[in-house]
Amino acid sequence: MATLLSTEHLSKSYTSGGSKLTVLDNVNLQVEEGSTMAIVGPSGSGKTTLLGLCAGLDSASSGSVVLNGIRLETLTEDQRAEVRNQYIGFIFQNFQLLPTLTALENVMVPMELRKQSNVKARAIELLDKVGLKDRSHHYPVQLSGGEQQRVSLARAFANTPRILFADEPTGNLDAETSERIENLIFSLNEEAGTTLILVTHNQDLAARTNRIVRIKGGKLVNEI
Amino acid sequence: MLNFPWLLRMAWRDSRKNISRLLLFISSIIIGIAALVSIFSLGDSMSAEIDNQAASLIGADLEISSSKPISNAIIKLIDSIPGQYSEQRSFASMVYFPRTGGTRLVQVRALEGDFPYYGQLETTPVKAARDFRARKTVLVDRALLLQFNVRVGDSVRLGNQGYVIEGELTGVPGQTGLSASVAPIVFIPLETLPKTGLDQKGSRISTSYFIKTDKRIDVNTLMEKIGPRLKEAGINYDTIESKKEETARSFRDLSRFLSLIGFIALLLGCIGVASAIHIYIREKINSIALLRCLGTTSRQAFMIYLIQIIVIGFIGSVLGVLLGTLIQQLLPVVIQDLLPVKINAVLSWRAMGEGLILGMIISVLFALSPLVSIRKISPLQTIRMSYQPDGKRDPLTWLIYSMVILFIIVFTRLQLRSWSEAMWFTLSVIIAFALLTLMARAMMWLIRKFFPTSWSYLWRQGLSNLYRPNNQTALLIVSIGLGTALICTLLFVESILMKRLVISSSGDQPNMILFDIQTAQKEAVKQLTLAQGLSVKDMVPIVNMRLERINQTTIETIRKDSSNPIQPWVFNREYRVTFRDSLTGSEKISKGKWTGKPDQDLIYVSIEDGYGTRNKIMIGDTMTFNVQGTLMETIVGSYRKVDWNRVQTNFLIVFPTGVLEKAPQFHVLLTHVPDVTTSARFQQTLVKTYPNISVIDLNLVLSILDDILGKIGFVIRFMAGFCILTGLIVLIASVLISKYQRIQESVLLRTLGAGRKQIYAINAIEYFLIGAMAATTGILLALIASWALAEFSFDTSFSPDWLPVLIIFIVICALTVLIGLINIRSIVNRSPLEILRNEN
Repeated sequence: MATLLSTEHLSKSYTSGGSKLTVLDNVNLQVEEGSTMAIVGPSGSGKTTLLGLCAGLDSASSGSVVLNGIRLETLTEDQRAEVRNQYIGFIFQNFQLLPTLTALENVMVPMELRKQSNVKARAIELLDKVGLKDRSHHYPVQLSGGEQQRVSLARAFANTPRILFADEPTGNLDAETSERIENLIFSLNEEAGTTLILVTHNQDLAARTNRIVRIKGGKLVNEI
Repeated sequence: MLNFPWLLRMAWRDSRKNISRLLLFISSIIIGIAALVSIFSLGDSMSAEIDNQAASLIGADLEISSSKPISNAIIKLIDSIPGQYSEQRSFASMVYFPRTGGTRLVQVRALEGDFPYYGQLETTPVKAARDFRARKTVLVDRALLLQFNVRVGDSVRLGNQGYVIEGELTGVPGQTGLSASVAPIVFIPLETLPKTGLDQKGSRISTSYFIKTDKRIDVNTLMEKIGPRLKEAGINYDTIESKKEETARSFRDLSRFLSLIGFIALLLGCIGVASAIHIYIREKINSIALLRCLGTTSRQAFMIYLIQIIVIGFIGSVLGVLLGTLIQQLLPVVIQDLLPVKINAVLSWRAMGEGLILGMIISVLFALSPLVSIRKISPLQTIRMSYQPDGKRDPLTWLIYSMVILFIIVFTRLQLRSWSEAMWFTLSVIIAFALLTLMARAMMWLIRKFFPTSWSYLWRQGLSNLYRPNNQTALLIVSIGLGTALICTLLFVESILMKRLVISSSGDQPNMILFDIQTAQKEAVKQLTLAQGLSVKDMVPIVNMRLERINQTTIETIRKDSSNPIQPWVFNREYRVTFRDSLTGSEKISKGKWTGKPDQDLIYVSIEDGYGTRNKIMIGDTMTFNVQGTLMETIVGSYRKVDWNRVQTNFLIVFPTGVLEKAPQFHVLLTHVPDVTTSARFQQTLVKTYPNISVIDLNLVLSILDDILGKIGFVIRFMAGFCILTGLIVLIASVLISKYQRIQESVLLRTLGAGRKQIYAINAIEYFLIGAMAATTGILLALIASWALAEFSFDTSFSPDWLPVLIIFIVICALTVLIGLINIRSIVNRSPLEILRNEN
């Protein structure tokens, strides 16, 4: 299978109080198209930083990220935004729905940005898939945590992304809801053939992926 | 690609749950826009009225007037103008109302003919305006009748003649309510003037001819022909056109001044908008970061919020325009006393359009600074809540600040006459804002630095709220402080002006001036004054003269050479000159030498230094005066510095003794009356015995000044009210906005067991401190401004009245606390969980 995402000597460091703090140190990684991968590691190990860099949310101090053949470090922030809209889907720990938009509108946003047609029908279809068709006109504040994450899932798949980044997708949910969300993520992912990269502390969730990458002190330590 | 339809959709989606909050932000500019629209509309109504009522501003097609007797040649010239005319003699004199015993200095207008030809003398009863000339009765200013409790049908004495009051005078063409307060008018028939004995030689009588020209005559062409002859003879004239221009010019000055106060209210509101938008955007950071994450470009994110501001700015401006149009109906009532024409408020589309555009520009301009920060919001904030962008200031914000300053300068320039005035105004506004901000920051720093750690928890919490993140201390202090400063400065200036007069009349200083005393009456008046138990502080001779030449320069030279530094009025005015051998206490020689006596037939005069400097008249220059027909050559011997503030007879030109003693002259007597009763008794005796003598009582001047300041002060206070109201709205908006920040804190406090009373107490302390700091800062600023005005402009000492200041302080603190507590009520009265569910 072709490589969809790769990093080369990827490093990220911050200057804090005059001293340099390296959060990610010389990370080399390759992700095949259609595969699933979990990034695990203790708090502060650099998991989220790695996810942020791979998804083009931040720029590296050195090294490069190539996504779908595009070198992200050569792009401006607005060009990276376009890449995110075209190829990437996101699922966040705290759901990150726009509070002033209804569930339906939240799902429509990525498609509207791409000026797709039949946006509403497609959004309703996606909400139906996550079992929330009846609640499409509810605002996030009117939905439970699990429901919000399901809307977030529908939104993540709205622009038929090539790759899906999930940052602790079940971190804020109870066990029962977590299981339902996990099942949804994997079934939708399989159905769409999307590459999935998730950051998690949850060993059971990580175990459901094809590959687990362990990170510690900003370095890749081993791979299962 | 911006994808504009989507941007519009997103702007609507993002704002629909925040409409009331956005409207609240923008409400701060509604009052400012309303103030400006009402003034602009009034200006348009006024221009229309001046055009409509131009003829009635002067009551005739042409007015020819002079303060000296008009020669037969000129009278012949006037006679030759086809049409009809009315003659009027006007002068200041005392009136005496026998029934109530009141006396007062008035402006007597002795009238003959059918003046006014346009407009009318407004009287009660109406027919009195027509009848008084035939019935040889008089019309008396309504305020004067009220002041002395006199009615139509009562009698009034003017000089040697008694009259019956035919009617109350309520309006004269071209006259403002203000000028009627200074000099109330009494109309008498001209043919009865000789009987009063007030038209003696030496009396200062102005003569006017009001001419209604034949319809075939074009007044402007006529004046091109005869104007130069009139000017040459030192005679003034006014046509409908020139009066119209003059009236429009003076109103423009008034409306410009008022619009600047309105503009300050608008600026104040804009600061409120900028601050509110700043907080709004800060609350939206997460949503913006997420939109960026989903692929929205920085321009698109910026546009989503810019569209919201434009729409809300439009709504706010429309509301402001509507409110302004309503207020415009009220404004004529407020400023009627300052206007020479009656105004019917009409809708001005131009003013409404200007208000709308101004509102849009200013709301966007002031919202831009917080809006551009959107471009810097990173998508990383969706996964890292602690992410902080670099603290460097966006260079665009400097560009926006420059645009704001440029806008203020340009707008001010449109209201003022020159760029330098506009720059000064802008600089003053910036300094005021900077000072208020600086003081707010200094106070916050001081509280932090010297934090009273031993105080109770409630006080410590209330105090620390003042400098916590997202505090609104500086904004509230600037907005409330500026409003307070305006109102207090107004109060202080009024009190400085009044006190200066009161001080002038205190102790044994002269407080009554008797003038028009003929030489023959001089001794008798002196004796009468002494007989009343009053002292004669000074008796000064006055000789009227005109200036013919300075060296070889005459009025003709100046007419031909406009670059000559000597102003035409130097030759056109009538000089009232005295002669003496010594200087008075209010004079000091600043240049040259004063001898007080003629030096070998050379007459050395002393001139006031400002008069000399302005007209470049040097020591040693020759000034040739026309002393009622006799030319007299003098040499400028000295410059005098004169303290014009003293109640004293001060002069531009003083002659030495031994020159003017034989010239026709009148005298002025200065005395001190201890109380109102003595003053009234003395004036009554004087008017009965010497009806030609006029009296200026400082108590009268005080009451006139009080009246004028009251009328002008009311207008300014009305306009300053817009600033206060804006300050209050900014206060309410800021407090409501801060509610969203307080919810978490209050809920946490309540969860930890804080009682309702404790939460109320913490908030009351915080808002009281904000109110107190704002009021104190405003009052301090007003004290500094008033002190500077007193010291440098009015040349007097400044000691403010503390009672009104204390009242203002208490009212502002109480209002701030009240608004703050009403705001927190909704949080305190509900359960923490309910609040969190509803407000999230």
